[in-house]
Amino acid sequence: MLAAVPISWFLTLSAVLFALGVAGFVFRRNIITVFMSIELMLNAVNLSFVTFSYHRQQVNGHLYAFFVMVVAAAEAAVGLAIILTIFKNRGTLNIDDVDSMKN
Amino acid sequence: MDSFIVISLIKVAVVFAVLLTTLAYLQWVERKVIAHIQVRPGPYRVGPHGLLQPVADIVKLLTKEDLVPTYVNKPLYLLAPFLAMTMALLSISVIPFGPQIQVAGYQTYMQLTDLNIGVLFVLAVSSMGVYGIALAGWSSNNKYALLGGLRSSAQMISYELPMSLAIAAPLLISNTLSLRRLVEKQAGGIWNWNVLHGPFPQIVSFIIFLIAAFAETNRIPFDLPEAENELVAGFHTEYSSMKFASFFMSEYANMITVSCMATLLFLGGWVAPWPAEYGSSYVPAAIFVLAGLVALYHGFHPARRRDGYTLPVFGVLFLIAAAVFLLPMVQSWLIPLFWFCAKTGGILFGFMWIRGTLPRFRYDQLMGFTWKFLFPVAMLNLLVTGFLVALRS
Amino acid sequence: MDVILFLAFAIIAVVCAINVVVQTHPISSAVSLVGVMGSLAVLYLLLGAEFLAAAQVIVYAGAIMVLFVFVIMLLNAGAESKKGRSFTAQLLGLPLWVAFLGLMAYFIQRLYPQSTRVHFGGFKGGGAAEIGHALFTTFLLPFEVTSILILVAILGAIVLARKEMD
Repeated sequence: MLAAVPISWFLTLSAVLFALGVAGFVFRRNIITVFMSIELMLNAVNLSFVTFSYHRQQVNGHLYAFFVMVVAAAEAAVGLAIILTIFKNRGTLNIDDVDSMKN
Repeated sequence: MDSFIVISLIKVAVVFAVLLTTLAYLQWVERKVIAHIQVRPGPYRVGPHGLLQPVADIVKLLTKEDLVPTYVNKPLYLLAPFLAMTMALLSISVIPFGPQIQVAGYQTYMQLTDLNIGVLFVLAVSSMGVYGIALAGWSSNNKYALLGGLRSSAQMISYELPMSLAIAAPLLISNTLSLRRLVEKQAGGIWNWNVLHGPFPQIVSFIIFLIAAFAETNRIPFDLPEAENELVAGFHTEYSSMKFASFFMSEYANMITVSCMATLLFLGGWVAPWPAEYGSSYVPAAIFVLAGLVALYHGFHPARRRDGYTLPVFGVLFLIAAAVFLLPMVQSWLIPLFWFCAKTGGILFGFMWIRGTLPRFRYDQLMGFTWKFLFPVAMLNLLVTGFLVALRS
Repeated sequence: MDVILFLAFAIIAVVCAINVVVQTHPISSAVSLVGVMGSLAVLYLLLGAEFLAAAQVIVYAGAIMVLFVFVIMLLNAGAESKKGRSFTAQLLGLPLWVAFLGLMAYFIQRLYPQSTRVHFGGFKGGGAAEIGHALFTTFLLPFEVTSILILVAILGAIVLARKEMD
């Protein structure tokens, strides 16, 4: 059909978003930006799940993506609480400065 | 396909025009209602009974100088009122105002679009409205604005929880997320409305929804983030003219949205309280005839000299409106529209009545109220409703 | 028509994602991430996942990102400073990343060339009723375990963040 999108385009978009998330995770020094890159990676994976659910015409992929969303919410809550504690104790949000367990 | 696009565009234009006029005149109604509660006349100089006051306000706001301070975070500063206004107007697009109508041979619903997930759409859009306020507070680079913005957004997201649970309870009874089908399932009369129907009448849900709606729209008694800062500043302190106006318009638009949602979920939408064969179609005409006669009576004994000219005119206009309601060709859509607007207007009047009557909560009382009282009560209500629905089926 | 929608929102998603990674101030990254999530919600609608699109906006964009924005405002996080960058990372970083992306794209094209085409309305099983049915029959155990997980997360967050106020 002319007005339809091939499924590989969705998967490529998911790959691009995942790669951007990896780039942010690896290259950035601010804890909060690193955390947001993790959320970006989770979103890219959700898009993959929903795409494959369309491919197989089943609703299971939606459910997996839903559970990923819920786990991401729980992780965000706890992770941000940890970030608050780190900021209170170390006074910095730069992950290079939180290295007292090194060596 | 083409006629669908053209009809949709016409509907969008009509709804937009009516909505903006309603927003402007809702402020006039509020000022009049609060004034009469406080035994004073309210705006009465600009036009008969102050009816041109909104026009004067709009002209003032448009022609004010539009300052953008140099110390603000420009992209977020300009984005915030845009977000607030967009989200407030977007939720009107799924609200059904009446049944199917026929215009020039085309059948169409009195609704911009009927989504399968209409209720979730309204919830989603209202949860995005928090960003407008939070970003406005942050980008203003002003400690009072930041505090006001953070408090207001924390209040809004805290009250979203009891609101969602209070919405879920009538959904268990009606079994649908589409707003149009929700109203169609409440057809038949006042004993079929969700607030009185079903294995568990949803009175508790209705009250919780209204309380949460007051907090979501930052109205008294929950307007501490706006009011305390009115004495000093507020999240919209650094905004002037049209951007300031857009925050206020978004507040009124949010009020209209939650009143429409309360009407659709609990009060049966456009369904008349008793079926049409027992004469409920004559109620609008009767109300307008009564209003016209009262206006004419007071027009002959005016309290103020100018009322001697304006009140008879209004009386005649009300009698003409009553005659319009008796025309059989418009009755199929005008009467349901009347009932919908009457119920929504009643809830809006309740908003203004409470604004004129109650004092406001302190911020810690406000947050304690939602987390320690409203949320457990809403969960309990949902549990009882679910249990009784499961028992019945 | 669907192609235009997909391209428009895919480009918005990628631009916002690049913005998330590139911006120095965390609040701009957060607002761009909200943009990514919004455009992903539209793409979910294109794939027939209506409930998931609404859940994406309500949960992700409307709650999780608000939490992020609150924490950024609370901590008054400033723009990132540019110290301590290793030369090796700067030299090899971008080419390695492009290679990673190219590898994934190549495998996708190999495995799923032109099989299924997505058009609006091609999958009708993503509504709330179907998701609810699957959630309470096939996925009952994960559902219950997730509710315990959320409880644990709430307790953990409160305990961790509460010490600030003492």
